Amino acid sequence: MQMQLDVNGRKIAVDAPPDMPLLWVLRDQLGMTGTKFGCGMAQCGACTIHLDGQPVRACQTPVETAVGAKIATIEGITDKIATAIRASWVKLDVPQCGYCQSGQIMSAVALLRENPKPSDEDIDAAMQGNLCRCATYQRIRAAIHDAAKSLA
Amino acid sequence: MTFMDKFFAKRSAATFRPSRRQFLAGTAAVGAGLTIGFPASGQAPAAAVPNPFAGYVRIGTDNVVTVMSAHMDMGQGVYNGIATLVAEELGADWSTIRVDGASGNLALYGNAAWGGTAQGTGGSTAMSSSWERYRRAGAIARTMLVSAAAKAWNVPASEIAVSKGTLFHAASGRGATFGAFADAAAKEPVPQNVALKSPAEWTLIGKQGQRRYDSAPKTNGTHDFTIDLRFPGMLIATVEHPPVFGGKVASVDATAAKAVPGVVDVVTIPTGVAVLARDTWAAIKGREALQIVWDETSAEKRGTAELRAEYLAALDVPGTHVADTTGDAQAALGRAVKTIEATYEFPYLAHAALEPLNAVVRRQGDIIEVYGGHQIPDLYQALAARAAGTTPDKISMRIMKTGGGFGRRAVGDGDVVIEAVEIAKAIGFRAPVKLQWTRETDMAGGRYRPMYMHKVKIGIDAQGRLAGWHHRIVGQSILSGTPFAGMIQNGIDVTSVEGVAHTVYAIPDRRVELTSTQVGVPVLWWRSVGHTHTAYAMETAIDEVAAATGKDPVALRRELLAGKPKHLGVLELVARQAKWNEKPAEGIYRGVAVHESFGTTVGMVAEIRMTSATEFKVERVVAAVDCGVAINPDQVRAQIEGAVGFGLGSVLRERLTLEGGKVVETNYDQYRPLRIDEMPKVEVHIVASNAPPTGIGEPGVPLIGPAVANAYAAATGKRIRALPFETGVTQGV
Repeated sequence: MQMQLDVNGRKIAVDAPPDMPLLWVLRDQLGMTGTKFGCGMAQCGACTIHLDGQPVRACQTPVETAVGAKIATIEGITDKIATAIRASWVKLDVPQCGYCQSGQIMSAVALLRENPKPSDEDIDAAMQGNLCRCATYQRIRAAIHDAAKSLA
Repeated sequence: MTFMDKFFAKRSAATFRPSRRQFLAGTAAVGAGLTIGFPASGQAPAAAVPNPFAGYVRIGTDNVVTVMSAHMDMGQGVYNGIATLVAEELGADWSTIRVDGASGNLALYGNAAWGGTAQGTGGSTAMSSSWERYRRAGAIARTMLVSAAAKAWNVPASEIAVSKGTLFHAASGRGATFGAFADAAAKEPVPQNVALKSPAEWTLIGKQGQRRYDSAPKTNGTHDFTIDLRFPGMLIATVEHPPVFGGKVASVDATAAKAVPGVVDVVTIPTGVAVLARDTWAAIKGREALQIVWDETSAEKRGTAELRAEYLAALDVPGTHVADTTGDAQAALGRAVKTIEATYEFPYLAHAALEPLNAVVRRQGDIIEVYGGHQIPDLYQALAARAAGTTPDKISMRIMKTGGGFGRRAVGDGDVVIEAVEIAKAIGFRAPVKLQWTRETDMAGGRYRPMYMHKVKIGIDAQGRLAGWHHRIVGQSILSGTPFAGMIQNGIDVTSVEGVAHTVYAIPDRRVELTSTQVGVPVLWWRSVGHTHTAYAMETAIDEVAAATGKDPVALRRELLAGKPKHLGVLELVARQAKWNEKPAEGIYRGVAVHESFGTTVGMVAEIRMTSATEFKVERVVAAVDCGVAINPDQVRAQIEGAVGFGLGSVLRERLTLEGGKVVETNYDQYRPLRIDEMPKVEVHIVASNAPPTGIGEPGVPLIGPAVANAYAAATGKRIRALPFETGVTQGV
């Protein structure tokens, strides 16, 4: 099926089965490999993207449902909040293997947009869907606080 | 992050150290009648000092310094650590550092901690293997850069200073960046003796503010993993394995699979059936449409319940082998006025790294490139050559960074890597192939931390002293039936008993028995290997001794560790930092554990708060670690923090269950690693040391389970002896 997607502010024509998860359209068709595959059933959060600003799991988003929505991925998210999050991630050396971090950052950016000064509990609730097998969670918490502080 | 040091190492030298020939003999055993050797370039460690520009460091005219790493990075930070060693001695500008994985030259890359017998990443040996080698490479490269500049400027080398990627000659005012002299430097004579910096001269090693070189690309999606590789015309493969271990393909009807749009081919390979497609989704859909009849006649059909019954029975009879007999445990138990008897149960565990296993194979001319997270690259090269029907020199190993590992990418038969070669071969290498296991393939793919059971009987005499320690362990051998089987000594797989046999505690009368079970479920080292279960049994049992004798758990350990300064140092540090001598805050219960693995000693105090009669939250963990010199102190902290989370998840609710031989937990909905809401605050204290570095990737993992279990016992009086806790609390005794 021919479709037009709005990815990171660019209009892109794709031809894919309507039920193909957006994850594979991004990765295999558009070559945008920053969004990761971890479980294929919305359990790990490695494929987290923004659809009209809301964090969603691209592995459970059929591409046809993303038509007409603004899709933002790790490659294209460059606003003030994302920049602050990235800076704090680097400052505190959050990543170990780094595989889950695209998804972590997409969730963290969405959190700070909604809640500029989250508590530990707010962070835990917002980030609970993002698995990190290296368990960098302590630094994720600290980096979100650090970014919130830098934006205040 | 695995663990072959136990099999190759000098550290466990108490046992033995294989020669390279023994290792080769081991690898040859993977295929009857087949001789697998290392590539032609592989030489035994040479006496001559190698030219660092020929394999350790490359400097571009753009001043980028690329370090070629002998060890593979799966997140544990070895690339960063090795780069630190090179940059320190080279005088490089840290912002210009890059790291690539290297392989195919045993003289350069053989794991020094294994006596250079094989290249590999495991047993938390990367930094101990690299400590001399890479600092020396950096120092020699610096010397050669200086020589080249001295010639060009016609000034004495001794007058040239090096700092942050730049060469200066103060008297003449001349200066240049490394890039200007890189080519000339590589042709300079290699100095045979260079002095390394003293610790007082270090500007990078041991510095608190030092940051990782690779954090930024991990925040913008540009850090490439095997899954991200793309080549023109590349096909994506998925694979369907038999539903039970040991099953085989009887027949395949691929009609429906081939009808899925995007599916290009379906091939049968020795390990199952592969679907090749133009994209991953088509490969997944195609696999769902496969109709396969399996031959399960020689498959393992037992489930966890059947195995548990058999293991419990095995615990009741003497072990087939004795791993440690010191003094006379039987006689000492006869003197006991009190005994503690405990049975421990440990489930199969999956590595469940976030990047599901994968590999990419591409033929370029007469060379076959094999991309992946190769933890044992020379072995995989030899196996790939055998699978492809060619010689190792025609196989080019490309080492990728991986999304976790935890031991899973060091497999004796090279599983996913060789499977990718088989698939590519089945289509005549006509297109590059990326084999991508799905989460379900990964979880059901075997290679688990083995299921184990322990039975312990401990005597206490009238004076409250230990009077006999009898310990029986039952479970599968990790080494048996693998290329590393030659490392089994006198029937004892050291990975089954490490941490119990030859304990550091002063237990004069002890006996450790082992029965290795024969089960068709493939098993493997899982971050910290045998210590994952042995430390749990030992450290909770010691806690029971403390309770039974009315002693403080720290005081008892202090007594039993007399004369062991490293252990005592860690114990005292963690006790002091956790304020063990003070009463904990209202509602907080504490447990302590101390354990050595991979040359590193760790102590932990866990603080828990009960949230119901049986439920609790781990609020804080204080850790102390002695790992020799802390090359990157913040990365030492990071590894311990991560080990606490990784280990805590495993003891709280991870378990891999089999029913009728089939894996029950095939995704993260049922197999549940720790999430952020359960992550405690972790405080790490590092013992100051200038001793050579020991391991750090694994040694934190074994401690958290017993520390939490001991805290739970302090809170409830109940002992958790069956893992995960989810099960164990209901069986608490």
